[in-house]
Amino acid sequence: MVEGNFTTVSGTSEGSSPHPLAAKLSFLKMFAAPANILFTIVVTFVGLTAITFIIGRVMPADPVLAIVGDRASTEVYEAMYFKLGLDKPLLQQYWIYLTNVVQGDFGKSIMTSRPVLDDIITYFPATLELATVATFIGIFLGIPMGVIAAVRQGRMTDHIVRVIGLFGYSVPIFWLGLVSLLIFYAKLDWVPGPGRIEVYYDGIVDPVTGFILIDSAMQGEWEIFDNALSHLILPSAMLATYALAYIARMTRSFMLDQLSQEYVITARVKGLSEFTVIWRHAFRNVLIQLITIIGLTYASLLEGSVLTETIFAWPGIGQYITKSLFNADMNAVIGGTVVVGIGFVGINMLSDVLYRMVDPRARR
Amino acid sequence: MSDNTTTPPGGAKPGLKSWLLSDSPGSMSHARCQRLYLNWIAFSANPIAMVGFFIIASLVLIAVFAPLLTSGNGIEQYLANRLQPPSAEHWFGTDELGRDVYERIVWGSRITLYIVGLVGVIVAPLGLIIGIIAGYMGGWIDNILMRVTDIFLAFPRLILALAFVAALGPGLENAVFAIAITTWSPFARIARAETLTIRNSEFIMAAQVQGASTMRILLSHIMPLCASSIIVRLTLDMAGIILVAAGLGFLGLGAQPPLPEWGAMISTGRQFLIDQWWVPTIPGIAILVVSMGFNLLGDGLRDVLDPRSGH
Repeated sequence: MVEGNFTTVSGTSEGSSPHPLAAKLSFLKMFAAPANILFTIVVTFVGLTAITFIIGRVMPADPVLAIVGDRASTEVYEAMYFKLGLDKPLLQQYWIYLTNVVQGDFGKSIMTSRPVLDDIITYFPATLELATVATFIGIFLGIPMGVIAAVRQGRMTDHIVRVIGLFGYSVPIFWLGLVSLLIFYAKLDWVPGPGRIEVYYDGIVDPVTGFILIDSAMQGEWEIFDNALSHLILPSAMLATYALAYIARMTRSFMLDQLSQEYVITARVKGLSEFTVIWRHAFRNVLIQLITIIGLTYASLLEGSVLTETIFAWPGIGQYITKSLFNADMNAVIGGTVVVGIGFVGINMLSDVLYRMVDPRARR
Repeated sequence: MSDNTTTPPGGAKPGLKSWLLSDSPGSMSHARCQRLYLNWIAFSANPIAMVGFFIIASLVLIAVFAPLLTSGNGIEQYLANRLQPPSAEHWFGTDELGRDVYERIVWGSRITLYIVGLVGVIVAPLGLIIGIIAGYMGGWIDNILMRVTDIFLAFPRLILALAFVAALGPGLENAVFAIAITTWSPFARIARAETLTIRNSEFIMAAQVQGASTMRILLSHIMPLCASSIIVRLTLDMAGIILVAAGLGFLGLGAQPPLPEWGAMISTGRQFLIDQWWVPTIPGIAILVVSMGFNLLGDGLRDVLDPRSGH
């Protein structure tokens, strides 16, 4: 009885979803009607803001004191208390916050005394640059590794790839960052130290896109481009270990599935070269499944960058959130968390839409 | 596994082994013991899984026998001995307050086990209950529960934990709570998926016809069948839980000094990285080994308990 049930499970789950992790996001799959998409986005957005808002309001720190200082008179304190709207019921405060956020107003940061949105616009591209480069490293190393491991299943190459994968899954990234700084910066002096760029290059390039690599290349500042690139190598490589491990592991597993299919045997019997069989026939089908995986990786790197940014003094959104946390800067914490959350959900939705466009079987 | 059931017990010798392998179990508990034994045979045939098992078993033993393995408690300071390199006396050297790093690692294993144990005890039952209720009831209950689950799934885990710890105040218990809040949702999804597949089975219908209450069906018919996938997922998640806990400790939001939490040890050892490399490096290796152990163990358990997942 139980066995019978198990087979039905495998039958349905393989048919409807490419991978358990994709199934985990199956709420994104209700793309049949546009109203449903809108509903999903709204529910997720309201949930995100509500949770962060409640967290921000139960924080033990007094937001009024943080602004006016502990020497302010009672009148000044109360004036600020009313100005922040803290006298209103919690639900009403949340509604005011929500309507402001929808209009792009996250409030003012206490730490930087600038609007939180401006801060986010300054810091977010740095994180995006780091996560994007790391994802590319993960894709370009992880996919070939996974394919080769699958083709040579059970042999030495396969074992090596699996060990690398296990390492990438298990290593604490902040520790790896420290050790790599010790080796490649302090001992070997191959790469520059922490930071995004040398101090004396700071502020020369106009932040058009916010990506230093793109900005400096567009403005022909190649010296700065080189400097920024050399600063980027180590942190992005560290951040990429997880992406690499995950993508390699998934590619291997998808590829093994494909290689056992009958069309592969047919292709081999036809006399096609092994290269064509692997890359043009089997890999094409793997690539479609990998879209979801890459999306998940990219989104998780966006948040995973928090620890990497701390180690490498990278002026990104993760460092901004942690710094604000220690300064009890609620608006900044909530704003940053909501933006990362939106990025996280957005990327996952995007990859799901892409998957649907590429794979006709997913359109049901 | 089926090979083992068909092979006759070796030489038909009476004894524990033949009892465990007999073709016709005499009672329910006999059958359960047999099942456990067969799973163990399959599990122990997998060398990689055994490595994981060995690592985690050692972790537990080290945590239990910490007082026998060390002479101190990992918290007392001996300032005259600060920042000594590794030697016969101090295997892993000493830290900035003269505390033996080996001693702190050994005592830190208790904190690690405490974190993963407590998180596991919270998230597995929570996810299981929400999942089976949603799956079995269906309708609007399912809808509401799954919407809530999805919101937590969609949320970046470390950042949510960060925000929760910030709200509750730094500390070990709060870190555990924050991690638990961000970890339960996949368990609910798994339990719901399992429940959906068995909800319309004949044995459930038979129980309904016999007049079993919903509570009884959920707890004694559906829950046990979901347990194995939850256990597998939990073991695989342990590695991630350890990494998040260590990350929170590293940011200063988890266990507070002087507790020998491994992530916090890396954080304080950071400033000694260049000249006294052992202070931040050794705790990182401990985290790496334990998290690898859980990953290996989880993979092995999945192969045994969850035959669907294939390779």
